[in-house]
Parts: sequence; structure tokens; C-alpha cells
Amino acid sequence: MSSDAHALTHDHAGEHAPPRGLMRWITTTNHKDIGTMYLVLSLIMFFVGGAMAMVIRAQLFRPDMQLVTPLFYNQMATMHGLIMVFGAVMPAFVGLANWMIPMMIGAPDMALPRLNNWSFWILPFAFTLLLITLFLPGGGPQGGWTMYVPFNLQLGYGFPFMIFAIHLMGISSVMGAINIIATILNMRAPGMTLMKMPLFVWSWLITAYLLIAVMPVLAGGVTMQLLDRYFGTHFFSVAGGGSPILWEHVFWFFGHPEVYIMILPAFGILSEIIPTFARKPIFGYHSMVYALASIAFLSFIVWGHHMFVVGMPVAADLFFMFATMLIAVPTGIKIFNWVATMWKGSLTFETPMLFAVAFIVLFTIGGFSGVMLALVPADFQYNNSYFVVAHFHYVLVTGAVFAIMGAVYYWLPKWTGHMYNEFWGKTHFWLSAISANVLYFPMHFLGLAGMPRRVPDYPVQFANLNMVASIGGFVFGLSQLIFVAVIFSCVRAGKKAEARAWEGAHGLEWTLPSPAPYHSFATPPEVA
Amino acid sequence: MVTKRRTIGGVLPILGTLTAALAFLPAPVRAASEYNLPYGVTPISHAVYRLHMLAFWMMCGIGVVVFGLIFYSIVFHRRSRHPVPAKFHENTVLEIVWTIIPFFILVVLAVPAARLLLRMENLRHPQLTVRITGYQWLWRYTYPRYGINVYSRLSNPSLASVHYGRHLSPYAVPHYLRSVTHPMVLPTGEKIRLLVTGGDVIHAWWVPDFGLQVDGNPGLINAMWIKILKPGVYRGACNQICGWGHGYMPVVVVAKPPAQFLAWVRRWRAAHHGPGAGDFTPKPL
Ligand code: HEM
Ligand SMILES: [Cu+2]
Ligand SMILES: [Cu+2]
Repeated sequence: MSSDAHALTHDHAGEHAPPRGLMRWITTTNHKDIGTMYLVLSLIMFFVGGAMAMVIRAQLFRPDMQLVTPLFYNQMATMHGLIMVFGAVMPAFVGLANWMIPMMIGAPDMALPRLNNWSFWILPFAFTLLLITLFLPGGGPQGGWTMYVPFNLQLGYGFPFMIFAIHLMGISSVMGAINIIATILNMRAPGMTLMKMPLFVWSWLITAYLLIAVMPVLAGGVTMQLLDRYFGTHFFSVAGGGSPILWEHVFWFFGHPEVYIMILPAFGILSEIIPTFARKPIFGYHSMVYALASIAFLSFIVWGHHMFVVGMPVAADLFFMFATMLIAVPTGIKIFNWVATMWKGSLTFETPMLFAVAFIVLFTIGGFSGVMLALVPADFQYNNSYFVVAHFHYVLVTGAVFAIMGAVYYWLPKWTGHMYNEFWGKTHFWLSAISANVLYFPMHFLGLAGMPRRVPDYPVQFANLNMVASIGGFVFGLSQLIFVAVIFSCVRAGKKAEARAWEGAHGLEWTLPSPAPYHSFATPPEVA
Repeated sequence: MVTKRRTIGGVLPILGTLTAALAFLPAPVRAASEYNLPYGVTPISHAVYRLHMLAFWMMCGIGVVVFGLIFYSIVFHRRSRHPVPAKFHENTVLEIVWTIIPFFILVVLAVPAARLLLRMENLRHPQLTVRITGYQWLWRYTYPRYGINVYSRLSNPSLASVHYGRHLSPYAVPHYLRSVTHPMVLPTGEKIRLLVTGGDVIHAWWVPDFGLQVDGNPGLINAMWIKILKPGVYRGACNQICGWGHGYMPVVVVAKPPAQFLAWVRRWRAAHHGPGAGDFTPKPL
């Protein structure tokens, strides 16, 4: 464990101060610097993807809006999905992992600091590649984030750029995952057995394995697209002995675990925040760990639920339906355990707790629509309608994104040494929570009434609810400016935060001073 | 603690909004609704509707219990009312209970779903076969038995409104984006087998009133069946992103009683294959 020794011999704040200016950020191998860069990148991408969402909602404000061309609309819808998934949610979780895992397990830094630097610095190049497709002849990707062939093979010059961007993102994710696993398995403080690890660390350990398992599958799949287009192979064309359905299987074999990659760390965050503000230990720690593990296992055998209308054999439909419904059981266990943690606690509702409680309620609503979607005959109606759009925004925005925001408010005092402004934090929460529901709830109705997703225009019977959703969307978008303002002002000034910034907080990170020192634990702490 | 009270008070509106929004979903109304699945006009669409409502009410029931508990805890276990937290952190019996009960709830849903699926996939004994091919951006309907081939694209009034620079209100266009040049015509009361494929990229043929959609994959054929119980005009759309014109390739089906359907077949043949073609013997099934 050379990095361990390295950190141990070198850490005395001041003696080995980081270089100043830009070079500090380019050459850094420090988990906090890298975590910060991940989080900043994620915030920027959240706004880039968000701006695209604003274009989408403006175009759908009323029928026959004609603000942008259908071609541009399709590019916005596709890029919005890719940017939010790969640029906003995933880097945010990796940033949180970088910041928090070494502090939570009593380590000085990540196990592989140079790999860490590299896995971050790949990303700005990946997103540059992806975004410049918008300015190339033929435009950016237009087939949805699912990139179904043969349509995806019809793209213009942007096609290979998109493929290479995805390769880069995949490499970055796999390297990040390797680093996280190496850190968790090797660098825990003495006495911290696996079953004593904080649940956030557990959730990331499992997520990292999911990443290693499925990112290469996506990379292989997009490479097959590249070969089909430029090298005369026929993986995806029936005429040459292949099948377009093969792509859908490959994509969703990656895609379904991917959605769990975006929610398991959120589960971990909830399991940190709720006990703190309930002033009560997490309920059912062991079943929480087992539930995480079984969700991760099941996530590999349910991909077909995205493909019910594709024309699979009945036996496959039935298998994927039953397996998918099974996931609701461990998911339910997590929800009940959080509620039981709140039960008879002594609750206060600071901003992180508000986000956490909203998560439980709204994520559960997304779980309800998920169970409905799993029913094959009903999915023959729901599939690809706005009902699906409502489902995945409930689990991803009011789920994953709310958890990330809660985590940022929760740990900002530790990162900056200042308390954030509670009034503005709460304002941000209430505006976001209400507008997100105004935005996404009507989409259930739109989908049931028959509105397809990924269309730039719609018949007049969908006008009212679309206008409501658009208004919700604009308010949600604007509210996020408050988030940025709160973060900036907290970084610069604010009430001094104590080491244990929240009186109910437990865990090693709260034993370090706020702001946390540049190198976390120079000597490993004792874990009882 | 004024601020604390304000926080709790604030939780009420959001739960209130949510329940109000849920209550918005109408009880089994059978008319076309802005808020719910259509009851539809095929035996399958009726069954799908019932499955959907069963699932919906079960989810509402679970929601009432779970959200009720959360809400109770928010109100009664906040620090101002419950200053000393309890210490418990496990209860094996409870944990087993909330593993088993959801499992059985899911079985209650899975059984009717599986049975309905088997019914939907029973393609035996069709009385008519129609081939559906999606293209960028129109549909082709082929009736092998009658030698009929219909191309169906977005109708001109909708196009005129869509066309840049010409502003015709979508409200002034009849069935804006849901009307076509030549609809698909089908007989009522017969078991019709649909063979769906894609001519270039993947499309999906979807008519909500029939309770299903089918992907048209280039080079592959998907089969589905429908039996339309009521004459009428049923509208849907392509439901798989297929490029620029994806939003502009609607599906319109005109369902007629069998005698009128045959009259349409004769008229169509006379118009396209010459006057004598109206009298013909259909090819065997
Ligand atoms: C109880 C748990 C869940 C169940 C049973 C479930 C079920 C489903 C099903 C059946 C679909 C396919 C719908 C269709 O295309 O017709 C779907 C779509 C989707 N789900 Fe879930 N889901 C669950 C939880 C989640 C979670 C936790 C996430 C992510 C955080 C998620 C993200 C998505 C996304 C992104 C899609 C749409 C993918 C696309 O077509 O672009 N789901 N879900
Ligand atoms: Cu899935
Ligand atoms: Cu289409």
C-alpha cells in the first residue's frame, strides 16, 4: 500500500502545500480537489443539459410552436438525456465518492491517486467531443439516448464523435470504479469491518462493481455500431445476418444496471442523512446491505422490460416481467427501513432532511409507475409514452438529483467550513419540490391519454397539460440558480461550521475539523 | 420556534398537492379521457384497461399506507413534539413482514398480467391478415388477400400548419397531426392479424384504442391481433423515434362493418386496378 505510506509521511498541512493556480487543479492527485472538480463539472453539465430541457419545454409549450426545427428538437432531446445521465448524475456521485469515502473509512486519500486524476481529466474532453457534434454537418445525435439502430447509423458527421465520447466516458467510469473498490477494500481504518461500513460506502462498493460489469458492454456495443457504419460489418442489419434487436439487447443489458448505478449511491446518501436528522440509528442496517446487493443482482436480469413491444418470445416477456416485479421487494425494504428510522425519532427538517423526505415520497411514486410498467400487457400501452417519461423523471430527478442536492447541503459545512444559508436552502427545496411535481405529474396523464415521447409537436387535446408541465419546467430550471448562489456564498463566507456540523451526525467524517484538512486521516482512527 | 413550525406546515401542501393530483384520476370512466388510458374498442384494450386500473388502485392503496406513515412521523415525531428519540434499530419480525407482504401483492398483479399476455399472444385462426410497414415517414398497409396496397401519410391541412412560414392555427385544422391522406380500413368483429415491419428504420404502430403497440423492425416481422368491436375512426401515431418526421406519421384506422368493408375493397380495386377489378375472388387466407 504505497499510497498509504506516501500520504502518511507527507501529510502535515502546510509543509507540503499544493501548487497554486491552474496547475494545482491539473496535476492534483488529492481526493478532495478531484472530488470538487467532479462536482463542479457535474453542476456545469446540469445547467447545459438543463438549458436543453428548457428548449424542449419551450417547444412543447403549445401545439404548433415551431420555436426550433424537428431536427434540432431531436438533437436537444437526445443530448439532454446523454448529458444528464453521463455528465450530471454520474460525475456528481463520483465526486461525492471522492470527497467522502476516504473520510468515512478513515483513510488519508484514495488508493490510486494518479488514476483518479486521469479519470477526471478525461471527462472534459469527452463532453467537448459530444457537444461539438451540434455544430458538425448533419448535427448531433438524434435517435434518443438509447441510440437505436438502424436510425443511429443515419447520423451525420457527429456519429463517430458521439461514439468516441461514449468510449471516453466509459473509460473514465471504469477507472473511477476500480479506484473506489481498491480504496474501500484496502484502506479502511483498523476495526472497520465490511459490516461496519457506512451505508454510503456500501452503496458505492456495489455500484462500482456494476460500473465495471456494464460500461464495457456499452463500449462494445457502440464499437459494433462504428464497425457497421465504416467497416462493412453487419451486426445490426438483417440483410447481412445480424439484427437491429441485438443492439437493443446490448444497450439495455448496459442500460438497466445503469439506472441502478444512478440510484444506489442515492440510497446510500439517504441512509446517511435520515439517521442524522432523526437522531436515531439507521433501522435494519443488515437488511439495507442485503437489499442493495439483491437489487444489484436483479438489475442484470431485467433488461428485457424495456423491450416488451420489440417482439420477444412470450416466455422471455414473462421472465422479464416477473424478475422486474421482484425488484420492488428489496426496494420496498429500503423505503420501509427509512420510514422506520424516522419513526419515533426526534426529527428536524433542515434542507438535507427536506430533500431526503421528499426523495422517499417521490421516488416511491416513481416505483409505483415502475411496477405498473412491468406489467407486460399494460406496457403495450405505456411503452414510449409520456407515462414512461414521468416514471423515469420521478426516479431520476426527484430521486437521484434530489439525493445529490441533499448530499451537497449535508456535507457543504464539512467541505467549506461554513454553514450554508438555511433560508435560501429551504427556498430552493420548496421551489424545486413543488415545480418538479407541476412539471412531471401531468406527464403521467399525457402518456395515458396517448401522447408519444420524443415528438416536437402534438395534437391539440394534449395542449393544457403540456402548458402546465412547461410552466413547472421553467420554474424548476430557474430555481436551480438559487442552488448555485447558495453554494457560492457558502464557499466564500458563512457561519463557522463545527467539526460535527449536525448534532445528530455520526461517522468518521465528522471527527475531522471543518473544513476538512487537505489530507484526511494522517493516522488511522480507532473504530470501535 | 417559528421557523420549525413553518417547515412542517410546508410539508402539508406538497402531500396535499400529490393526493389532489391522484384524486384527479377519474374512476373507471369509459369515455375518452384527457387523464387516463382509453377503455378502447377491442376485447384486449378492455382487459388492459382493467389491469391498469387494478394496478393503479393497488398502488394508491400502498401509497396511502406508506405516505400516511411518513406523514404521521413528520407531524408527531418532530423534535418539538418528541424531543427524546427512541433507540431501536431492528425488528426481525417487522422486516420479514414487509418483505413477504409486498411479494404477495405483486403476485396478485402478476397472475392476471400473465394470463392476459397469453391471451394477447394467441394468434390462432385469424380471419384477415394485414401487413403494416413503417417508412420515414409514412405507413403502408398491404392486404395480401385483396391485392390492396394503401400508402398513408400526414394529411395536407396538418402539413400546411406544420409547414414553416404558413401559419394556420392547429385548432383550425381538423385532427391536427392525427389525420392522414388514406386511412387504414378494417372490418369490425373479425380477428385481424397484423404483421408489422419497418422499411428503413424501426417504427412502432400504436393505436391507444386498440390497447397495444407493435415495433416494426426492418427485416423482421412482428405479429399481433386485434378484434374491433365498434365501427368508428381510431387515431394513433408512430411511437419509436425515427428521425425528422417522427412526430408527423400518424395512424388512422377506419373500422367498418364487414359488408361495408367489402364494399370499400371493391371500390378500391375498381379505382386502382381498373373498372373490372371490383368483382374478384379473394385469395385464400
Ligand atoms: C421499482 C423499481 C422499478 C421498476 C419496476 C421499473 C420498471 C421500469 C420499466 C418496466 C421500464 C420500461 C418502460 C418502457 O419503456 O415501456 C422502465 C423505464 C425506465 N426506468 Fe424504471 N423501474 C424501476 C426503477 C427505476 C429506477 C430506480 C430508475 C433510475 C434511477 C429507473 C429509470 C428508468 C429509466 C431511465 C427508464 C426509461 C428508459 C428509456 O426508455 O429511455 N427506473 N422502468
Ligand atoms: Cu430498466
Ligand atoms: Cu417514428
